[in-house]
Amino acid sequence: MLRIERLSGGYGPTQVLRDVTLEVPEGEVTCVMGRNGAGKTTLMRAIMGQITRSAGQISLQGQPLQSLPAYEVPRQGIGYVPQGRRLFGAMTVAENLEIGLMTRGKGAQTRETVLALFPRLRERLDQAAGTLSGGEQQMLALARALCLDPAVLLLDEPTEGLQPSMIQLIRDTVTTLRDQGVAILLVEQRVEAVLNIADRVAFMEHGRMAEITPAQGLVPDGAIFQRYVGV
Amino acid sequence: MGTGPLLLLATLEGTVMAAVLALAAVGLSLSFGVMRVVNVAHGEFFMLGAVLAWAVAQAVPSAPLGFVAALVICPVLVGALAYAIDAGLLRRLKHDPEATIVATIGLSYILQQGALSLFGPDARPVEAPFTLRLQLPWFGYSGYKLFVVVAAALVLLAVWWVMTRSRAGLVMRATQIDRATARAFGINVDRVYAGTFALGAGLAAVAAVLIVPIQQAHYLMGHDPLLLSFIVVIIGGLGSIRGTLIAALVIGLADGILSMLYPPTLAKIFATLAVALVLVFRPQGLFGARP
Ligand SMILES: Nc1ncnc2c1ncn2[C@@H]1O[C@H](COP(=O)(O)OP(=O)(O)OP(=O)(O)O)[C@@H](O)[C@H]1O
Ligand SMILES: [Mg+2]
Repeated sequence: MLRIERLSGGYGPTQVLRDVTLEVPEGEVTCVMGRNGAGKTTLMRAIMGQITRSAGQISLQGQPLQSLPAYEVPRQGIGYVPQGRRLFGAMTVAENLEIGLMTRGKGAQTRETVLALFPRLRERLDQAAGTLSGGEQQMLALARALCLDPAVLLLDEPTEGLQPSMIQLIRDTVTTLRDQGVAILLVEQRVEAVLNIADRVAFMEHGRMAEITPAQGLVPDGAIFQRYVGV
Repeated sequence: MGTGPLLLLATLEGTVMAAVLALAAVGLSLSFGVMRVVNVAHGEFFMLGAVLAWAVAQAVPSAPLGFVAALVICPVLVGALAYAIDAGLLRRLKHDPEATIVATIGLSYILQQGALSLFGPDARPVEAPFTLRLQLPWFGYSGYKLFVVVAAALVLLAVWWVMTRSRAGLVMRATQIDRATARAFGINVDRVYAGTFALGAGLAAVAAVLIVPIQQAHYLMGHDPLLLSFIVVIIGGLGSIRGTLIAALVIGLADGILSMLYPPTLAKIFATLAVALVLVFRPQGLFGARP
């Protein structure tokens, strides 16, 4: 589905990503792990066309993405839930969803499907997104991305700082989407969560893809986590 | 004339001033807010609107028709020019705030000299579309001036509708809040910027077309509107349209009333003092968000 090959890039002249290769197949959850500053967020931003890419290829179902302007990338069906949510805080919940729907010209039907997943948002459609609780904001960030009816979903630490019941809701949503065939790239730092949800785990270190391994057979206190995440 | 009628006349004059100022200032506020750039050439877009209005009125034989043609054509022309300037010049500077200030300073001279070479140094009158006079018990008042207030209010209402109710406004607000995330949701930020710049310039041109039957068109007439627009935008708060409108009303009315009852310099002193006070006690403006 989504394929990243020998990708290098960074912020202006500062190179962060070095020769990264990764495949994100449909109907699977690919988790990215790595220490703070390893380049996980930068990888997501590179896929979205937000940073300078100096070498390599990114393709979606065989179609190259890296030559497209950044605003065309989501239109190909890539939904993005950025780290820290990045909602349009001064706009209402309904308007945030509308932005998501407009991306690929989706209408009332998609909106209903998304709102059915998050009934709490339906009760708060006219509330400013910035005044939602942390958990509700994360729901909205996810809902906004789902408004694209995406084929690929990029999630950057979607459960950071949330309470267990909210984490469970987001995890359930991700599993449902996976079962519907969405290709999911998930940055997640907690080993227990990764073991629960991942089909494959990619470990990043200093901007490089250090190791990619099936999640099956990984154990919570495995040396690999010790090595790349330090737990 | 007694004090009461004089005050009424001054308030009317101030309202006309406020209406035109609000149009020009909202135009400046839009590019300030959405694009985070200071457009020093804003006054020259106003001037171009006025000078073009004269040219259009010249080309059309009947006065009312000429005015209506100018009201439609000039904002579109000025908006198109602004769109091209943004796409061809400011986009290349990546809308860097400082580079944009320098570029628009240069641009303002180019536009001024361009207008001078094309239209000459003379002040050019444009005939009002109608000459109705409203006879009040104490004095007669120009019906056209009241039309200016109504027309400006309607245009501002339309802008408000676009910003709060339309898709274009939604896209502009999203871009204003977070352009990287806007791009991640399919918004072509470059196009939004050019469109916003064009809309801002177009509003200045509307203000200018409305004003030329009262004040003649001249290639140096952009200075005052630029200065006053800045004053209004600073007092109202960066990027806040509501603040801009309220500040335009305060400054316009104060200017109208003070300059009728006292020497006109007092009005300018008041405006300058108001800006100074706002900058000292509320630098984000009356309605601006704290940065
Ligand atoms: N806007 C930027 N400009 C310059 N350098 C940046 C920028 N954003 C991130 N970096 C650098 O790129 C490197 C990778 O950062 P990135 O945010 O991708 O890490 P991460 O793996 O997501 O970390 P975390 O777990 O803390 O979210 C870091 O060294 C960081 O300092
Ligand atoms: Mg990160």
